[in-house]
Amino acid sequence: MATTLTINGKPHQVDLPDDVPLLWVLRDEVGLTGTKFGCGVAACGACTVHIDGEAVRSCQIALSDVWGEVTTIEGLGTPDNLATIQQAWVDHQVAQCGYCQSGQIMQAAALLAENPAPSDEEIDEAMQGNLCRCGTYPRIRAAIHDAAAKMKEA
Amino acid sequence: MASIGKILRRTFLIGSAAIVGGVAFGVYYVNRPAKNPLKPGEGEAALTPFILIDRNGVTLFAPRAEMGQGVKTTWAALIAEELDVDLDQVTVLHGPAAAAYYNSAMIGESLPNKGYDISNFQHNLGEALGVIGKALSLQVTGGSTSMKDGFERMRAAGASARETLRQAAADRLGVARDQLQTASGHVIAPDGTKIAYTELAADVAQMEPIEAPLRDPSEWRYLGRTQPRLDMVEKATGTAQFGVDVRLPGMKFASVRMNPKLGGQMNGFDDSAAKAMPGVEKIVDLGNGVAVIATNTWLANQAVEAIEVDWGEAPYPPETDAIFEQIAKAFDADPNSTMRDDGDVSTVPEGATVIDAEYTVPYLAHATMEPMNGTALFSGDRLEFWGGNQAPTFMQMKIAEAAGLDTEAVEVHTTYLGGGFGRRAEFDFGVIATKVAMAMPNVPVQTTWSREEDMRHDFYRPGAMARMRGAVKDGKAVLIDGKVASQSCTRQAMERVTGMPGAGPDKVLVEGFFNQPYAVPNYRMSGHIADLDIPVGFWRSVGNSHNGFFHETFIDEMAHAAGRDPLEFRLELMRDEHAPSAGCLEAVRDMSGWTGKTPDGVGRGVALTYSFGTPVAQVIEVVDEDGTIRISKAWIACDMGLALDPENVKAQMFGGMMYGLSAACYGEITFAEGEVEQFNFPDYDALRMHTAPQVEVQVLETNRFMGGAGEPGTPPAMPALGNALFDLTGQRARTLPLNKQFNLLV
Repeated sequence: MATTLTINGKPHQVDLPDDVPLLWVLRDEVGLTGTKFGCGVAACGACTVHIDGEAVRSCQIALSDVWGEVTTIEGLGTPDNLATIQQAWVDHQVAQCGYCQSGQIMQAAALLAENPAPSDEEIDEAMQGNLCRCGTYPRIRAAIHDAAAKMKEA
Repeated sequence: MASIGKILRRTFLIGSAAIVGGVAFGVYYVNRPAKNPLKPGEGEAALTPFILIDRNGVTLFAPRAEMGQGVKTTWAALIAEELDVDLDQVTVLHGPAAAAYYNSAMIGESLPNKGYDISNFQHNLGEALGVIGKALSLQVTGGSTSMKDGFERMRAAGASARETLRQAAADRLGVARDQLQTASGHVIAPDGTKIAYTELAADVAQMEPIEAPLRDPSEWRYLGRTQPRLDMVEKATGTAQFGVDVRLPGMKFASVRMNPKLGGQMNGFDDSAAKAMPGVEKIVDLGNGVAVIATNTWLANQAVEAIEVDWGEAPYPPETDAIFEQIAKAFDADPNSTMRDDGDVSTVPEGATVIDAEYTVPYLAHATMEPMNGTALFSGDRLEFWGGNQAPTFMQMKIAEAAGLDTEAVEVHTTYLGGGFGRRAEFDFGVIATKVAMAMPNVPVQTTWSREEDMRHDFYRPGAMARMRGAVKDGKAVLIDGKVASQSCTRQAMERVTGMPGAGPDKVLVEGFFNQPYAVPNYRMSGHIADLDIPVGFWRSVGNSHNGFFHETFIDEMAHAAGRDPLEFRLELMRDEHAPSAGCLEAVRDMSGWTGKTPDGVGRGVALTYSFGTPVAQVIEVVDEDGTIRISKAWIACDMGLALDPENVKAQMFGGMMYGLSAACYGEITFAEGEVEQFNFPDYDALRMHTAPQVEVQVLETNRFMGGAGEPGTPPAMPALGNALFDLTGQRARTLPLNKQFNLLV
């Protein structure tokens, strides 16, 4: 049965069983590979995307349950037109292996949309579902504070 | 061609070769040139190219895998420093798999010296032995060797290319070479006329390469300074391609299940339910496992989970306790090595206080964020493989074996690695992807492991035990007699690669144990190999990962027995033995404001491990918050001699520490009925944003020889944390993980 999803502002027709998680619709059907598979059980945050602006774990959302517009890392900004948060990631040289960073950025972007000046405690609270085995946390924290400051100026 | 004298001195020669529309610069190695990975035409010499210049631009090759350590950027900077190109104007590619990219520094590490006391003679010997690396096709990213290995070769290739380009311009303009300058990819004439390197490429292809002396470090523009990482924009936009992101026309997706009783056989399976599931295209019998090829990875995984499999038994004791009994048994046999045996440990000096301790650490998984995967396309007489891997030459060889093809018929494309930590130095994931793809010829198939499959089919950091006896007198250590027992990951890895386990002393098993920079008059350190068939492999910092904990926890116990401040106690034993190590301790003492005293509710611990040529000292601070213990702060000092990219070194240092702290707090792989009991991150957690400490790093540069960066941050983290917990609670951590003994924040 074909389902229509709006992803990064564009409609996509997908023909997959209803229970296929959004993560695997994005990656294997639509070809948006920026959203990563890490655990499949909502324990690592690598698959974080936005649905109507809310950060969600796409590995846990069945195709038939997608309730709104989907935004992935590719929809946030591009190499030629970085979002403020992505620019902060580059400025602070956050990534090491980089695999978890799409999810980290999507989670951080949702945090900043809701809370334009998060404290360290609020960052801890919002970001603790996103695992990074390279241990880039100090730079993630610095990049979030920096992005918050830049977005305030803008 | 250079003289034999030059060969002996340097083990490589600069060379160049014509390519279509341009020129390749690189190096030839001793004896005979290795096969050129760029396949020059007939009659052309083979060389390892690091630089390609043609009409389209300048391309630099980084033959090491980028797994987060920044090697792509620093490697390119080594070339650019001499070549005079701007890093943002060149393309940097991973080199293809080729024997010529052998890793000379890694073999040098295997010499039986302690490392920190290396003499110039031994250093040269180490370099010469590097030649053996070629025979083993050691194109491996590991052992924290990338920069040590590339440091001279890359710069030499860059310098030679620059001078030859200059000569080509001189010939064209009819002026002397020394009248010309080079900058930003151009040769510049005295009148300011600029000729782009790309324009000169075809001329240069006809010339003998000119050798040039390397620039003095005082002239460096890139090296020793922090460079923006070339992979950062891609990694911030989701456009970096990892193995799991490879997409090819007509590609299918597969999921795999291998025997969870590791190394056991498969007696049979029933796939009747799986066959009928949506999206399923093919069930593949792998002999010792099953795979499903489908239209979508998730559908493939649902189907492979629905296969009923009758698994054979594992070839090791099925329960954790019995496994550790087997490890303990190794102490009863003669040691495999005693690489340090100073003075006489059989007699306790008169009046000395004796301390005994036994330590145990668990098996550990690598748990890279990107689960194991591989994409393969089999077309009858050829096979192409795409994926993140740390050893493309071995991968190529093993895939060829599995496919029944000649090595030359296999092409390995190395993508970014979503974490390596040693796991991607293995090739099982490539072999499995190959076998799966061979079931569907002419169709590219990507095989992705579930997280559960990944965690339960690792080559684990071996569980290990240590028995330590020591003596202190007048506030000083006067005797240390240590024994460590574990499986040998070196022997297993050698057997997997060559079919033979290798013999002789296993230095890796005792690294971080026998070679620590302490002056103790009676000092014997032995390694015992436990006979077990659990798959084990190289885990970030390898033997140092357990030995650092054993050695530095014991030193702490000795310091307390001697009634001394643990940092001063160490410093006193280290100052004359190895000044760079002492310097690291002094640096963390000063950074942390170490006084030896902590207020109630706060604990601090210190540790130092010398590994991969780099001493690293860490102070960890823990705080008691209403009965829950949080790691609040960390201070790190390292001395790697020369830090080519200081901010990147800092990232490696705190990243390595976080990896060690994660293992120390929560990491444990256990066995029941022959199967690993941990399935996914909820059973095998790591530090997260709220549990990771604030961190400050200082990079020192006094060491005489260049050390590694990727691994040395890991070993001291575990003992420094254990020592901090002792300071806080008075309870000594002699086993890991620490969450079993302490109420740590989760």
